[in-house]
Amino acid sequence: MSWVTKTLSSSLGRKLIMALTGLFLILFLTGHVSGNMLLFKGDGGEAFNIYAKFMTTNPAVKLLSYLTYISVIGHVIYSIVLSQKNKSARPIGYAESKASTSSAWNSRNMGVLGTIILIFLVVHLQGFWAKMHWGEVPMVTYGEEEYKNLYLIVNEAFKQEWLVALYVISMGFLGFHLSHGFASAFQTLGLNHKKYTPAIQAIGKVYSILVPVLFAAMPLYIYFTS
Amino acid sequence: MKLTLKIWRQKNASDKGGFVTYPVDGVSKDMSFLEMLDVLNEQLTEKGEDPVHFDHDCREGICGMCSLYINGKPHGPLQTTTCQLHMRSFNDGETITIEPWRAKAFPVVKDLVVNRSAFDRIIQAGGYISVRTGGVPDANEIPIPKTIADLAMDAAQCIGCGACVAACKNASAMLFTSAKISQLALLPQGQVERKTRAEKMVAQMDAEGFGACTNTGACEAECPKGISITNIARMNREYFSAVVSSDNV
Repeated sequence: MSWVTKTLSSSLGRKLIMALTGLFLILFLTGHVSGNMLLFKGDGGEAFNIYAKFMTTNPAVKLLSYLTYISVIGHVIYSIVLSQKNKSARPIGYAESKASTSSAWNSRNMGVLGTIILIFLVVHLQGFWAKMHWGEVPMVTYGEEEYKNLYLIVNEAFKQEWLVALYVISMGFLGFHLSHGFASAFQTLGLNHKKYTPAIQAIGKVYSILVPVLFAAMPLYIYFTS
Repeated sequence: MKLTLKIWRQKNASDKGGFVTYPVDGVSKDMSFLEMLDVLNEQLTEKGEDPVHFDHDCREGICGMCSLYINGKPHGPLQTTTCQLHMRSFNDGETITIEPWRAKAFPVVKDLVVNRSAFDRIIQAGGYISVRTGGVPDANEIPIPKTIADLAMDAAQCIGCGACVAACKNASAMLFTSAKISQLALLPQGQVERKTRAEKMVAQMDAEGFGACTNTGACEAECPKGISITNIARMNREYFSAVVSSDNV
């Protein structure tokens, strides 16, 4: 199996891992934003809380969640390894550079954008995900069954202006990261074709605006309605 | 034209190096950039100073020998080779910064001259085909569809100047390597070593210390021969399919 480790430690193998984990995280974001749209339902959080229980107890979702954790960790670790390799490939930089004339800012700063998103992710997980799994969450009863009232936690959290601001700004960074990452992942996989690439690029641009805007709308909606 | 040149001077590979500023006078707008440097070097030689060393050969834009990172861009402001860049692209009285290609795999030999033999070693690793030598084969002996021949020719236009490495934020050689893999992978003559070629050339590219690709597209934008990054996607396909199906365990 030495060919497997050899491939995965080559520059192309590392990029392959970045692309695959990135694309899986895009799938995750799609599911995450779709489910969280229940926050807009205006039913006092009933649908959202039922959904939250399903997402934390269903075995199939559990498997997907482990894949998500692996993808996040893999994406981060390989980005660090690749960034260090890439930095060491040019030990002495240029005194004058007009890089902006030949490439987009976000494409050159995926590491910076990713680091900001990672910091946001820590705050985000600590605020909701960790609370839902191990924290004290008040219970609520719908019909016969008891549910953790995650909706209440979300509502309380987004009464804080600074947190709403942090979420909205972070989604801006996520948008820039996705607007390069989406199409870039397909290019890395070797999927570049004159029939499909324009469509992939267009979908990537729409996705990188739509998903962060929907995510950012959630704290804003709660802040202004509660 | 009167110009101020800010040029990287470095005695040898182990010297630290630094910028030296030279005023040059009597430059014509119709001179090529290299001819302008010739004028400077004549002035330096007359004064008994060491002329500025820079790479050049054909001065026709076809050999890939000239380089130079001019005012923050490889081969200067136009998408062409430095020898095909003319002084009319600059303004009278302008200060021009001239640096060598910067990459660990392209060490500076002297001043603006860098050692690009890392590219030669990538070619040696697999950029060849096994053919029966002998007389010149007849034209159209092996039928190749026009579209395929065009793609192979587009890739074969790469002159190996290294502007892609110089432009890339990661000093990656993927545009060069992918062009060389593509031109052979597309043609029937390249099929024999196809898988091994992709594996070996990528391995050599990594061993030389070039960075990886971030798909910024800077290489394609700066390439004097307009090599497309679709070649990089093709290289990735060639490499991934080679590693899962070749006999090299």
